[in-house]
Amino acid sequence: MALQSDHNMGERMASLAGAPVRLLFTVLEPPLAALQRGLGIKRMPWIFLLPNLAFFGLFVIVPLFINFFYSLTGGTQLYLDNRPFVGTEQYGFLLDCQTYADPQTCREDRFWKGIYNTSIFIIFQVSFMVLFSLITALILNREIRARGFFRAVFFFPVLLSPVVVALIWKWILLRDGILNAFLVSIGLDKILFFVSPEWSMFWAVFVSIWAHMGFYTLILLAGLQAIPPDLYEAAEMDGTSKERVFWRITLPLLWPNMLVVIVLALIKGVQIFDEVFVLTGGGPGTATQFIVQYIYNTGFTNQVQNFGLASAASVALGVALFILTMAQLAATRRKDDV
Amino acid sequence: MSDAAATPTRTLRGLLNARRGRNGRTHWTDVFTYLYLAFGIFLMFGPVIWLTMSSFKTSSALLEFPPTFLPLGQIEVQVEGYDKPLPLFEATLEDGTVKQLAQVRRIGIISQMVDPANPGEKYKVPINQRTEVREFRMAWDNYRDPLERFDFTRYLYNSVVVTVVATLVTLLINSMAAYGLAIYEFRGRGAIMMFVIGTLMIPITIILVPVYLVVTSMGMINSLWAVILPGAATPTGVFLLRQYMLTIPKDLIEAARMDRASEWAIYWKVVLPLAMPAIAVLAIFSIMWRWNDFLWPLIVLNRSEVYTLQVGLNAFQGELDVQWHYILAMTVVTLIPVTLVFAFLQKFITTGIASSGMK
Repeated sequence: MALQSDHNMGERMASLAGAPVRLLFTVLEPPLAALQRGLGIKRMPWIFLLPNLAFFGLFVIVPLFINFFYSLTGGTQLYLDNRPFVGTEQYGFLLDCQTYADPQTCREDRFWKGIYNTSIFIIFQVSFMVLFSLITALILNREIRARGFFRAVFFFPVLLSPVVVALIWKWILLRDGILNAFLVSIGLDKILFFVSPEWSMFWAVFVSIWAHMGFYTLILLAGLQAIPPDLYEAAEMDGTSKERVFWRITLPLLWPNMLVVIVLALIKGVQIFDEVFVLTGGGPGTATQFIVQYIYNTGFTNQVQNFGLASAASVALGVALFILTMAQLAATRRKDDV
Repeated sequence: MSDAAATPTRTLRGLLNARRGRNGRTHWTDVFTYLYLAFGIFLMFGPVIWLTMSSFKTSSALLEFPPTFLPLGQIEVQVEGYDKPLPLFEATLEDGTVKQLAQVRRIGIISQMVDPANPGEKYKVPINQRTEVREFRMAWDNYRDPLERFDFTRYLYNSVVVTVVATLVTLLINSMAAYGLAIYEFRGRGAIMMFVIGTLMIPITIILVPVYLVVTSMGMINSLWAVILPGAATPTGVFLLRQYMLTIPKDLIEAARMDRASEWAIYWKVVLPLAMPAIAVLAIFSIMWRWNDFLWPLIVLNRSEVYTLQVGLNAFQGELDVQWHYILAMTVVTLIPVTLVFAFLQKFITTGIASSGMK
């Protein structure tokens, strides 16, 4: 029965998708039927996989290898055959530092400033985002009225584009913006947020938490709702205090989801670019310039487009992401075990 | 005063008690919950509402500090003997009376004013003795001008084309791949699955330069295809659709094969309609990804004719003479489709994310 109703809904939506789509599928039918007669049914899965795999190959796998070759070449040309092979020179240039703790002592100080800024950013962004997502998920998991509505409230900014998010907050934080109007009305002085490196970093962290928190809240909420209610009932019967229930039942059972959220947030955090780029432009100076912006600036906006250096930095970013993804896989496996 | 303060407290407590009937006591977490939720509404919706309100203000009203909440415009009145409508002020005269007067002209710090009811009578009022008389008025020009005079209609069109075409391509090739991986048992299937999941680990941010090379050598720079094609084969989509298609009973497919349906016919006449719920989720995701995409379009679109809304908005806000009244209005235009999607499909999206763990 359920299948039947699914089928009806499917048909309705298919007819909504319209005639052009149906026409395309119908036109493709004779050649593919002929192909099937020629190749036999055994090889048909490859025909279905072909377009998608071709896209993967062309826009992911081939580029991944080219990226590596790029990072070993110099010059300013885009096409590989015009680029001289320089070995590990680009990496040497990126890694040339007196002390790694201080970006100022590096030859390519912008790269290290990017790494340094990204590290600061993810430390604060990930920890506060996980904290607030957890609090929000715990609150939404209570027996509150209009839970669906409140869940939607916190989720709403997730859908907004990074450019829109940045412009919304830029408008609030301007010198004559509403936040400064509020500060003046309670007797404080105006703050020029985007002139101060500390405030710029603060708002970069704040705005990206504002924009993405709903997504992580949702994952944690799903985890909370999967905790069997009889555990709580048993605890209540034993007269266990709420605090103890939280530390002994909720948090341990939620921990696998927490791990997933932490690693996902780290993976996204390392790649931070869009909203901060529009909000602060990386400034003041290089105070909020992150690693992706370094790659973008080096490869695509400077007068001399240094593709080799941008690729070398991309490889470094790729290695960091690979490690984080492995951590994610480990975390997900733990989750499945539990 | 105390009465006014007591009523909301009592209502709040009533609300909480009604909800937590079990022990009748209000735990501190109950109060915290509702304070947190109230603050959440303020923090999540407030900025968007403020943006929308501001987008209806004139450029001069936007410069005002402190700003007003509602978009206000000065009332202008038609006065006999003057061709143009004159701005209306509330002026305090020398004898202390307050009158609504229209300003004829301003000379230095003195404003020449006239009584609209009695045009013969003229007044000279120091400008600090008068305040504007304003009414609620929306500056629709903020919306009309960028769409008519600037390229925003073009950007809007480009964004719609990119979103629609890319989503259709994604749905087609992803559903085909998912069908291949869900319906058939064949050698190498496990390897292909690993490969698909592996591509999840390679976001565009780490292959910007070589994808730029691929797109350039295909001659697609500054065309919308450069934005549409590279992200069309999404691993997320293959994975999501495949997991859903696995739940389709094999008997249905066997029955169709008995009826001599070709594999292609089974794909689009049997499996696709059954997988519609998952396809709808992927379609919503894809629309969101494409509409909001920024970094990649920023790299491959360098001419303003091909800008998408996001790139266009960014270019507009980066100009030296920032015209905030236009930017705010166009930001509102940009967030309208997403807000509509949100309003109607919110449940769909949240369950989709909660079940797949992806966005």
